[in-house]
Order: sequence, then C-alpha cells, then structure tokens
Amino acid sequence: MNNKLIIKPLTGAAAVSEAMRQIDPDVVAAYPITPQTDIVMKFSQFVNDGKVTTEFVPVESEHSAMSACVGASAAGARAMTATASAGLALMWEILYIAASNRLPIVMPVVNRALSAPINIHCDHSDTMGARDSGWIQIYCESAQEAYDNVIAAMRIAEHEKIMLPVMVCQDGFITSHAMERVDILEDDKVKQFVGELNLPFPLLDTDNPVTYGPLDLFDYYFEHKRQQSEAISHVFEVTDKIYNEFEKISGRKYNRVETYEMEDAETAIVALNSTIGTAKDVVDTLRQKGEKVGLLFPRMFRPFPAEEIAEILARLSAVAVLDRSETFSGTGGPMLADIKSALYEKENKPVILNYIYGLGGREINPAHIEQVFSDLKEVQKGNEVEKLTYLGVRE
Amino acid sequence: MKLNIKDLPKIPERLGPGHRLCSGCGAPIVAKMVLMGTKDPVVVTNATGCLEVATTIFPYTAWKTPFIHSAFENSASTAAGVEAAYQSLKRKGKVKEEVKILAIGGDGGTYDIGLQALSGALERGHDFVYLCYDNGAYMNTGIQRSGATPRGSSTTTSPAGEAVPGKQQFPKDLTAICAAHKVPYVAQGAISNWKDLITKASKAFAVKGPAVLNVLSPCPPGWKHADDLAVEISEIAVNSKIWPLYEIENGQWKITYRPRENKIRPVEDWIKMQGRFRHLSRKENHHIIDEIQQWADENWDRLEKMEKATSNQGDSEEKQK
Ligand SMILES: Cc1ncc(C[n+]2csc(CCOP(=O)(O)OP(=O)(O)O)c2C)c(N)n1
Ligand code: SF4
Ligand SMILES: [Mg+2]
Repeated sequence: MNNKLIIKPLTGAAAVSEAMRQIDPDVVAAYPITPQTDIVMKFSQFVNDGKVTTEFVPVESEHSAMSACVGASAAGARAMTATASAGLALMWEILYIAASNRLPIVMPVVNRALSAPINIHCDHSDTMGARDSGWIQIYCESAQEAYDNVIAAMRIAEHEKIMLPVMVCQDGFITSHAMERVDILEDDKVKQFVGELNLPFPLLDTDNPVTYGPLDLFDYYFEHKRQQSEAISHVFEVTDKIYNEFEKISGRKYNRVETYEMEDAETAIVALNSTIGTAKDVVDTLRQKGEKVGLLFPRMFRPFPAEEIAEILARLSAVAVLDRSETFSGTGGPMLADIKSALYEKENKPVILNYIYGLGGREINPAHIEQVFSDLKEVQKGNEVEKLTYLGVRE
Repeated sequence: MKLNIKDLPKIPERLGPGHRLCSGCGAPIVAKMVLMGTKDPVVVTNATGCLEVATTIFPYTAWKTPFIHSAFENSASTAAGVEAAYQSLKRKGKVKEEVKILAIGGDGGTYDIGLQALSGALERGHDFVYLCYDNGAYMNTGIQRSGATPRGSSTTTSPAGEAVPGKQQFPKDLTAICAAHKVPYVAQGAISNWKDLITKASKAFAVKGPAVLNVLSPCPPGWKHADDLAVEISEIAVNSKIWPLYEIENGQWKITYRPRENKIRPVEDWIKMQGRFRHLSRKENHHIIDEIQQWADENWDRLEKMEKATSNQGDSEEKQK
C-alpha cells in the first residue's frame, strides 16, 4: 500500500461533500435544510468552481430532489442528494419509489429531530421513520466514518446483486458541524474504487425502450416486493466484500456490527452514531476500574444484522438499548424492538433496559452513560431497575 | 420545424394500441398528437392518472418509447432528473443522440398537486416539454373536482346538490401561470384542431428550454357525453371560446385560431352536450351559464389585449439578439 497521507480538518458535513466531490456523480439534486446545508453549499461551490462534472439541480423541494434523483438514476446516471429531518419526511413517498425501482441512489443524511415543535438539533426520528422504506441505512460515529461510508455506500448500492439506495447517516451538529481530523483518500483512488457506472435498462437507451413504474396489481405486486426482499438478503455478503476492498485502499476496516471491548463484557450499551464516541470514553474509564463493560454499534441498521447482534448480546447478563427517537408505541424506542426480537430465539437472554435520550439535541454526556452502566450493574446484582427510562429529561 | 403533413406518417408511433383507456377518451389522442411533434427519440415521464394507469398495466406497456411513472405530483421533477442525466451523460459522450424529454400530467397532477414541481422545473430552465392533458377533474379516482374543473360542473366532490349546484369556482389559468414563468414557449391546444396542436408540439420540442402545452382532453364518463364525441366537443369548446387556442412564444401572445363569425357558438351549446352540467338547465341555475359565458368573453378579450400589447415583442427581442 503506497497511500499518500492527506489529512484535512473537516466537519462531518464538509467530509461528506469532499466524498461527493471525489465520487463526482453525474447528477446531484438537493435542497437546503439545517444541518445538511453545509453539504449542499460546499458541493455547489465545487460545481461552480469546475471541480466536478456533475449536473447540479437546485430543486424547489426535497420531494423534487428525490424525484429528480429517481428520474436521473432511471435515466442511467449516478445520482446523489443529501437531506435531514423535515426534508427526509417530505421525501417519504419517493423514498419507497427509489427503492422499489431498484435505483442505487446514495444519500447522506444529517440526523435531526422532526417537528413539532420545530427543532434543528440531533435526534434519529427522521431516519428511524424511513427505516422500512427499502433503503439500506448506514450509521456513522464521526466525520471520518461518514466520509468513508459515503464512498463505500456507492459500491454497495450499485452492486448488481443489490441495486438499492443507501442512506449514510451522521448526527446533526454533533458530527456535521464539529471539526475533526479526517484522512482523505487520493482523488484517483476514489475514482477507481467507485468505478464507471453501467446501470441496466437506462431510459436514455432509446433504442431499447423500457417502462418504469407500471401499475402492478394483486397479480404481480407481491412478486416484485418479494424480489426486493431477495435483494436485501444479499446486502450483508456484498457489504462485507466492499468493506474489505475499502480497507485495502484506506487501511480502515468497517463492520456491519461494530463492537468495543465486547470480548469479555458482561454488560453493554447499544447505540448509534456520535453517542458511541461518548460511550467509548466512559467504557475506557470503567474498564480501568475493572468493570467488564462494552459497546455495540449496529452500523448497518437496515437491513438489520439480527443474528450477528444476537450472537454477541446473548452471552451478556444485561444490555441497555439507547434510542435517540421515540416510537410512541408505548413500548420503547425503535431499536429496542429490533434488538429484542433478534434475541427472541436465544436460550440465554440478557435483561434489556431501554433508554430514550437526546431528543431534539438534548445533551448526552459521560455522566448519563455512567448512569446507564450503573443501572446495568444493579440488574447484575439482581436489583429491580426501571425498564424504560427517559434519560436526561425533566419529568 | 415547420409542420409538413407528408412527414407525419414517418414519425414512429410511440404510444401503441392495446391500452385500456375508456373508448372515446381524449388523453391518448392528445399524447399521440403531441408525440408527433418531433422525430427525435423521446423519454416520457408521466404523473399518476388515467393515462399512466391505463397504458402500463404490468406486464404490458403501450409505450414504445422510454417511459417512467414515479408519483402523482412529480412528473416535472422526474423529468428534471432525466434531463439533468441527459445533459451530464451527453457532455461526457456517454449519450450521443439528440433526445427529447416529455413530462405528462393530468390537470390534477398539473394545476394542483404537481404545480410546485412544475413551477420549479420551469424556473430552472430544464430543456423539456411539459404536457397537461386537461380533462377537468381527477378522473382516475372517480371524477373529483380539481383546480381545472369548470364552474358549475358536477363532480363527485363538488356534486350538484339541493343547496350547492356543482363547483363554485372558475378554473385557474394554468396557461397564464406557466407563461408568467417567462419560458420560451407556452401554448393551449385541442385535438379538434390537430394541425394547430401538432405545430405547437413541434415548436415546443424545438425550443431550447422549457415549453408547456395545455391541451383539452374530453372524458366521456367524467363529462357525461357519448363516447364518439371527443373531437366534436373539443371543437365546440374552441368555437365557443371557452377553450381558446393561443400561444406565448418568447413573451409574444398570439391567438392561433379565431373562429369565423358563423362558427362561433354560445358556451351554452358546449355545456348542453355534457351531463356534468345537466343541473344548469334548471331555471334557478341558469345564471351560472351566463356567468360562464361572461367569463369566457372576458378571457377572450384579455387574450386579444395581450396579443396586441405584445405584438412586436418577439420581433424586438429577435432584433436585440
Ligand atoms: C400523493 C397522491 N395523492 C393522491 C393520489 C390519488 N390519485 C391518483 S390519480 C389521481 C387523480 C388524477 O387526476 P388527473 O391528474 O387530473 O388525471 P386523470 O386521472 O384525470 O387523467 C389521484 C387523486 C395519489 N396517487 N397520490
Ligand atoms: S375516465 Fe376519462 S380520462 Fe380516464 S380513461 Fe376514461 S375517458 Fe379517459
Ligand atoms: Mg384530470
């Protein structure tokens, strides 16, 4: 490996726009929304400085952003957009259309709370609401991870066995606006890695006309949905392969399920994105005191690596699932449901606590994480602990 | 660009037979005539609605040209994406031929739910043609009112009732709304005046930048008329001036067809052909017919004024270049 080391101080948003510059998609259609704005603004500058060959479509809404990506991708172009919160919610209808038409669109998402009340700060209610749309979802702890995963996602999306869109999520402000040291790959390396795009059945192949988006009734719709599930069933194997290839060009190894200090852990926290960074710090401190604690980060949340997660968690005595969004089902957060059902078949199941935290950007700091680990310890001791806690809220 | 009738048979048929639109439906005639406006290959985007639903029932498709349906309100933004892809791939040499892009929507998909996407696409200046086939209601979902439904018309959400005699509002002026975007070409057409319509389509495809065609599209079950009347009913709409034929070319308004004195018909003749206006023949509702007549007359006067006011505009713009 003769990697030239390029280190840049970048925010999460800037890191993603840097990845987009290097991918140099054929079409980017995007609409600004805090805290995603930095991605579109920086990318627009690349366009107008002639740094990319992209056709940039400054649409009048996110609904049109996703619609234009659908049109562009069906036409045979590599298409990208980026959004957050209300923007993602406005795209909702077209998210399903992108996935069902098997269009490999890659979309960085900067996680932000949904209205009402309107709030510009981080939580995961936006992407959790889109978790059943047929998109692959990848979550990122840092700017580095966001940069790397946007590049890797392009290959996952466009893989012939997959042909599905991918969201690459990072935390609003916490990651998107915090400056980090980011290792950047050489432009040529990224170009080579993502490669030339050759989509099957492009609309612009006018000699071989195809019809996209027909009316599909009870006689075929189900089979088409079944094919979509089939494509999803290949995502893990393809992702592993692409993460391996990515490691070869970057030296950075990613996994669908990331673990931290889990080898001999007795209790663990499951969380997404930047909270993992905070929790790592707490784990380090507790480990120094001899406590056997660890972390699990389902980097890939859709499809959900249930078996792998269950394998790791089943041998623990207690697990805390931290959800940065609420389902209002009365039974806890969205990740809790997936973790619980992943463990259902296991003979030995840990006690599972659920914490809803950080809504609307409410701070989550080491003290909160320490409290969660101390609750887990109480469980270990056999004491009763609240199963569902709203962490950091004023009751 | 000039229409040569001898050339029309040479233009490939892009919308084939075998679709399942109602017999006598205006929509496929509108689409076929407009698609005669160019010899170049065309990519079609189509909003949800009768035309889309009835031409693409899986595993069949009536489209012999590349076609995409995405949703109800996004035909224009889907076309914007196709156009962006085309510009990008053409620049990179990956697409070599000249390709035209046609976005189609019904009146619901255009006047109402898709207006924002259309406005955005027009403002950004994509090189595409937008076609609205206006049948004056949401036909596909069972004849509900739209922003294009004529005043007095009975629809399933503006039914003629004991207290309210059908739709209360006049339709919005979509053609003028599009013209207000100052795009190079906007026109209103009808299938009865096929030469006028195909000429407009060929102008629309020929201009660089956005062009809009708004075409009246009779619907036998929705308008409640016999299914062999689509052309005749279009003709009377034109001759009664309720659906004038005109174009706005580089800001210059032009009435493209003026019915001769002996051809002009009162709007009442048009109204009486259609069951959706049946309740207007009741004495207490007759004033609505008068109001519609007045609305049509005023509209025509305004067109005359616009034509006069802009009569030299195209020339002077031309000269400035
Ligand atoms: C977002 C959304 N809202 C509502 C519908 C239901 N819907 C489908 S087609 C249609 C009406 C179409 O009317 P128009 O555009 O006038 O076309 P037509 O059927 O009259 O040809 C409606 C309301 C939909 N498909 N999507
Ligand atoms: S309902 Fe009207 S618009 Fe729809 S297919 Fe039938 S005639 Fe055509
Ligand atoms: Mg209609």
